[in-house]
Amino acid sequence: MALFTRLISALRNRANDSAEFIEIEQQLLKSDLGIALSRQIIEKSKAISNQDVTTAIRSVLAGFMLTSNRELSKNSAGLTSYVIVGVNGSGKTTFSAKLANFLITSKVLNANIHMAACDTFRAAAVSQLKTWSERLSLNFISGADNADPAAVAYSAVKDVQSKYGDTSNHFLIVDTAGRLHTNSDLVAELEKILRTINKLTPVNEVLLVIDGSTGQNGLAQAKLFQEKVKVTGLVLTKMDGQGKGGIALAIENELKIPIKFISTGESATDLEPFSVDRYISRLLED
Amino acid sequence: MFESLGQRFTKVFSGLRGQINETELRNIQAEITAALIDSDVSVNVADDFGSAVYRKAVNQLELLKKSINPYASVFEIVNQELIQILGGNQRRMQFAKKPPTIILLMGLQGSGKTSFAGKLALHLKSSGNTPLLVAADLARPNAVDQLKIVGEQVNVPVFAPAAGNGVGNPVLVARDSINFAREKLHNFVIVDTAGRLGIDAALINELILIKKEINPTESFFVLDAMLGQSAADVAQNFHAQVGFDAVVLTKLDGDAKGGAALSVVSKTGKPIIFSAVGEKTSDIEYFYPDRIASRILGKGDIATLAEKTAAAVPQDLTEKLTEKFVSGADFTLTDFLAQLGAMKNMGSISKLMGLIPGMNPKMQQQVSGLDDAELVRTRAIIESMTPAERENPEILNGSRRARIAKGSGRAVSEINRLIDRFSQAQKMMKQMKNNPGKQNLISKNLPGLPNNFPAGLNMNAPQINSNTVANKRKKSRSGNPAKRALEENL
Repeated sequence: MALFTRLISALRNRANDSAEFIEIEQQLLKSDLGIALSRQIIEKSKAISNQDVTTAIRSVLAGFMLTSNRELSKNSAGLTSYVIVGVNGSGKTTFSAKLANFLITSKVLNANIHMAACDTFRAAAVSQLKTWSERLSLNFISGADNADPAAVAYSAVKDVQSKYGDTSNHFLIVDTAGRLHTNSDLVAELEKILRTINKLTPVNEVLLVIDGSTGQNGLAQAKLFQEKVKVTGLVLTKMDGQGKGGIALAIENELKIPIKFISTGESATDLEPFSVDRYISRLLED
Repeated sequence: MFESLGQRFTKVFSGLRGQINETELRNIQAEITAALIDSDVSVNVADDFGSAVYRKAVNQLELLKKSINPYASVFEIVNQELIQILGGNQRRMQFAKKPPTIILLMGLQGSGKTSFAGKLALHLKSSGNTPLLVAADLARPNAVDQLKIVGEQVNVPVFAPAAGNGVGNPVLVARDSINFAREKLHNFVIVDTAGRLGIDAALINELILIKKEINPTESFFVLDAMLGQSAADVAQNFHAQVGFDAVVLTKLDGDAKGGAALSVVSKTGKPIIFSAVGEKTSDIEYFYPDRIASRILGKGDIATLAEKTAAAVPQDLTEKLTEKFVSGADFTLTDFLAQLGAMKNMGSISKLMGLIPGMNPKMQQQVSGLDDAELVRTRAIIESMTPAERENPEILNGSRRARIAKGSGRAVSEINRLIDRFSQAQKMMKQMKNNPGKQNLISKNLPGLPNNFPAGLNMNAPQINSNTVANKRKKSRSGNPAKRALEENL
């Protein structure tokens, strides 16, 4: 047991904490839940006396998760559009491909998927998405090099709408450039993309992609994106790595944005709809 | 980044007064440990850090008790500990005795290896070298294309014989690239590898093979500054299995607290060598542990600021302005425009503000709102003026202002505001010249600023006493920017 935990417990009159709680608190900290939230979770668990420690922690953790529906919303009348946003290197392009594959293989019958390459900034991002689209035989739409991403989005929607009369089974996945939430120009550019799409068809989901190894900064990212573009769901990527994605719980709890997907590997099928149970097990795993 | 950790530390110490004793030291230890964990420093590292501070302080408790300001001494212990954990002395890049110098980049997916490869290549090239970029990431779709485009952007050749997207053998590519570099007389080879998870045995193995094959002069581990607790384990894994010489920190321009960097350095004993800070290919800096520690503790970083100014502001502009200042000639809008251009070279205003000592978080927030768009607008307005108007803004009557408004696409009120502000600044500069004492007034408003720190618009080098700056640094650095550039040349 680390000195720190003993120390904090002594200072905050927590001498009564059992070794088990202390151990779990450390585990929560190591899963990137942050000090305040970890503390809250431990305190709440201690108040539950009729269960063993692990069960108590699990139920408290589950209590911090939203109970709302985590399914993707869909446009019943026309084209459904999903916009993928996030900071650089979080895994947006790979997730876009996985999402397409998920839509094809899940319950949606005869889904037609269109990929819009709106990351016109990063070198070769467009061709990366194109490669994925070819592998999965998806309709791929891109603009000129360094084109205005909002213009690409606009023509993508127009394209699909004009080619197909009834677009109710059509999905447009819009991959955007990575941008740090603190870069106001780039965030404004993202707002413009969303405005543009919204003029033609509703944006059904704005999915914020967060690297599962992200630390406390994840909350700052989510806050700013939420404020500017109304994020409707979180995606945790690289969850096959060493990160536990605990920051997502902090985000869901504080900003009420549901986690919708867990992404784990490099192949198109490595995507699972979020499950509270599995997520909690992972958080507590050593 | 790091600033918020500094704010937490400052908060810990700001409330402390009176007798120092063991309980107080324990409190400080707990608070510092908590602040570190909140900044993403790994739990174990934070714990060790807190304990070390406590141990050192308690060892000299008797001495501290006699001191007038014991908490300042403890603060200094924290400072020393920070410098130590950040790697003590600054690490500079090693070169091969016999070229080419081979640099191997490794790291997790999305940490920014390819972007950094481009930035490093440009950095080397601009100091007169002939780098070669090598596309050995054959796993991620179109990583090879990405490096090719990055190479084009910085105008550095890319060695990419394999198609990528899973086709080709990265070990062979790496090996051949060295021969190619020798043949074509490239004196630096930068090998970009596939991003991988620390636990992916196959890919780690590939990396080990590449390293064995090319025997790099330098192996850099590229680390995303926004990573959390897992960073320490990941880096340790890489270090234990592959081994690296130094760490490169990326995405430092966000608001990440950067604690992961502290964990990695502490766990692996390898220092941070570069930090990459922005979207532009030129955004790369050497990492100075002492300066960063000083930034964390809110003491600012005048040395970096002065260097940035010296690098961004052309010498003749500096001289011209100094001359004007001394002779008492009016500072005109033409000069101002030249300055704005120089400021643009220095990077974003908010980034610069972080370097100024005594800038509190509130001030920084205000400045970050005033982002660089403001500079662009101001330039547009001045550029819509005739030369005569720039030299002599008094002639700007209503109709001229209306014309400028039209030309720059701004409202007349904005033009009025600019002229107002400008004439105030002009007045201030005259006062400064006639009454140097006024300068002190300004620097007093920003505690910690040297008395001769320039005020207002003028952020140029001549008034920053280059001797003070040079003294702060290691003695071998010259105060003359041209000489220093030579010394720092790779």
